[in-house]
Amino acid sequence: MSGVDAGVPGAGAPRAGVSGAGAPRAGGAGRPGAASDGLVVRDMRVTYPGRPPVEAVRGVSLEVARGETVALLGASGCGKSSLLGAIVGVVEPSAGSVSWDSADLTRVPVHRRSFGLVFQDGQLFPHLTVARNVAFGLEMARIARDERRARVAELLSLVGLEGLGDRDVAELSGGQRQRVALARSLAPRPRLLALDEPLSSLDAELRGRLAVEVREILRATGTTGIVVTHDPAEAEVMADRVLRMRDGVLAD
Amino acid sequence: MNPAPASARLWWALAALPLAFLGLFFLWPVGSVLARGLAEGGDLGGALAVLARPRTMRALGTTVALALAGTAGSLALGVPAAWALSRFSWRFSRGVRALVTVPFVLPTIVVAAAFSALFARSGLLGSWGLDQSPVAIVLALVFFNVSVVVRIVGGAWEALSPRLADAARTLGASRARAFWRVTMPALRPAIVSAAAVVMLFCSTSFALVLVLGGSRVRTIETEIYLQVNQFLDLRAAAVLAVVQVAFVGVALAVSARAGRGRAPVAVGGARGPRGLERVGVAAALAPTLLLMALPLAALVERSLRTADGHGFDHYAALFAQPARGVLPVPVWQAAVNSVVTALVATALAAAVGLVTAQLVAARTRRATALEGVAMLPLGVSSVVVGLGLLLTLNRSVLGVDLRASWWLVPIAQAVVALPLMLRVLLPAARAIDPRLRAAAATLGASPWRVWWNVDARLLRSAAAGALVFAFAISLGEFGATVFVARPDRPTLPTAIARLLSRPGIENVGMAFAAAVLLALITGGVMLLSDRLRTRVGAEL
Repeated sequence: MSGVDAGVPGAGAPRAGVSGAGAPRAGGAGRPGAASDGLVVRDMRVTYPGRPPVEAVRGVSLEVARGETVALLGASGCGKSSLLGAIVGVVEPSAGSVSWDSADLTRVPVHRRSFGLVFQDGQLFPHLTVARNVAFGLEMARIARDERRARVAELLSLVGLEGLGDRDVAELSGGQRQRVALARSLAPRPRLLALDEPLSSLDAELRGRLAVEVREILRATGTTGIVVTHDPAEAEVMADRVLRMRDGVLAD
Repeated sequence: MNPAPASARLWWALAALPLAFLGLFFLWPVGSVLARGLAEGGDLGGALAVLARPRTMRALGTTVALALAGTAGSLALGVPAAWALSRFSWRFSRGVRALVTVPFVLPTIVVAAAFSALFARSGLLGSWGLDQSPVAIVLALVFFNVSVVVRIVGGAWEALSPRLADAARTLGASRARAFWRVTMPALRPAIVSAAAVVMLFCSTSFALVLVLGGSRVRTIETEIYLQVNQFLDLRAAAVLAVVQVAFVGVALAVSARAGRGRAPVAVGGARGPRGLERVGVAAALAPTLLLMALPLAALVERSLRTADGHGFDHYAALFAQPARGVLPVPVWQAAVNSVVTALVATALAAAVGLVTAQLVAARTRRATALEGVAMLPLGVSSVVVGLGLLLTLNRSVLGVDLRASWWLVPIAQAVVALPLMLRVLLPAARAIDPRLRAAAATLGASPWRVWWNVDARLLRSAAAGALVFAFAISLGEFGATVFVARPDRPTLPTAIARLLSRPGIENVGMAFAAAVLLALITGGVMLLSDRLRTRVGAEL
């Protein structure tokens, strides 16, 4: 899978059609920029209601430079998925802030953040074909049909699923589903791609192979990434930097 | 996915529609009937006086006795049938299974007409002298509710592994001991739950008692109707409504307590019956099938029987102007009224139901409260709903005069259909993984586009099925309709009831023909609804 010829522009290119916070900037992949460059999370807290309330994330601050991939490593229940959800915007934090290139995104709704998310079990739309799943984000951004078609083909070849665009998603194997989920999230060119245990539903052999592929794809597209995983080896393979999490806070 | 404050405001704005509808057309009418019954003018003594009347006590006793007998009979026939249909499969087992569910989709007035055709003096079993007897009513109740028992108990039985009984056998239990010590205890929650639901249906089978009981057998519901229509004693009717609501409330509470714990999916232990088992299966199913076939056969036969042999005369008469004093319009006109009213009722129920389903799909505290309010009509006899609408909307409301208005009929039907529609819609809405919406949002879909691209798309066929279901219910609705329908604009069910109460073979024959017509329409519509709904299962 050397889909480096995918024609993806440099890191940090904002999603087409989205004029949100964070003006487009030229930035080399992996450049360790200033603290304001890329993702900055400050004192993030996530609390779930209940008696007593559960504090899943208890004050986490971290930075991810553009083009960098960071792994959040920790045992299940340590709050890493909640932290990821709060960064992407699908979980509402009780305190803290998220910003990208110095622009505060804490109050910006999910769909305007240009942050992609790959779920553990894919969460492919069951009523759409493979190609329509991948095209979903492009439709939301109102990309013209021809361009959309080209981009879908490009992404499907990037993840090694050329020609499967017309398949029903129910016909896919577990590994294929996760590839489609990855392609779907990458299609609208997110500024940041969050991956929540993207490989843990797969068998061991496939997991090792896909971990390398995901790293290659993130590198090739220059996408900034955060990977949540409980597998240290997987974290090492996929990320430039590994952050350990325990009981809702970063260890170290 | 915690809702932002803005979405809480949107939630309440949308909730205003179902709350206003239910408040105006259900809570207020029913609430004021109950208030009137309990203490009109601060006088509890009057209520007690109505309760102490011998005819009230007799109606209450009859209601309890009929409900108990109907429930016992439904279990006696339904449990063996559930065993035969869930443990075994043979060449026609699918057909038999489908047949057993038929009665439940029939409107009560059709069932009443069918049993009337069977037991009336000139009927197939007229010589048994069961006309206007409690026995005929109990048999009709059993006919109606066997399918409920088969569905609930059969579902639990299918989910129960036959290996469990096998294990007991290897431990030294005889076949009978294994059944009583292992199988029965495992089925008990399902049986109790089925009994409570059947009890509820039995205590709200107004049309059956009204038609089959004649002047001899009276329950609380028919007593309410008589007090309103013959004695014009609205106070007594309101007191009886309180009793009816309390009675149904007890049945509901029992069923809610028993209904806990859903059965898991079928383990698929069905096989062909062998040897003696064939006899057992035949014996288990024969009473049920006989009870289903006889009244329906009698209904069809009577609809074709004329003064001199058999023919389609009664069907032809549906298109003619009836004799004076029988019906003000031809039956076909009543059928058209029914279809138009049911369409309007469906539109009303759809507007309220679809919004409600969206609002309560995620289980928050306010969603649970709204769902409770929307489900309330299920726990109140439709007779009480009709009485409430008759009493409260009999004057100008908010500047709109609904008095004797045509609109009251579809409104009443929509109130009755709404909770049943939600029961179809909600499981489908709740089956949508919330992370699917999150996935769409991270791909740039705004809340509105998430709803359109995920919720609306995935719920399309369930919603279509629920709408068709609501239409079928409205079409056959009798209890509430009979209170608010204007005499000069009867619906098909009220026309059938009226024809049945008139003497003369021509009138009764027309009633039977009209009942066959209503059964065919409703059956076809229900079949369509089932088709639409099962397609959802394949999709999700």
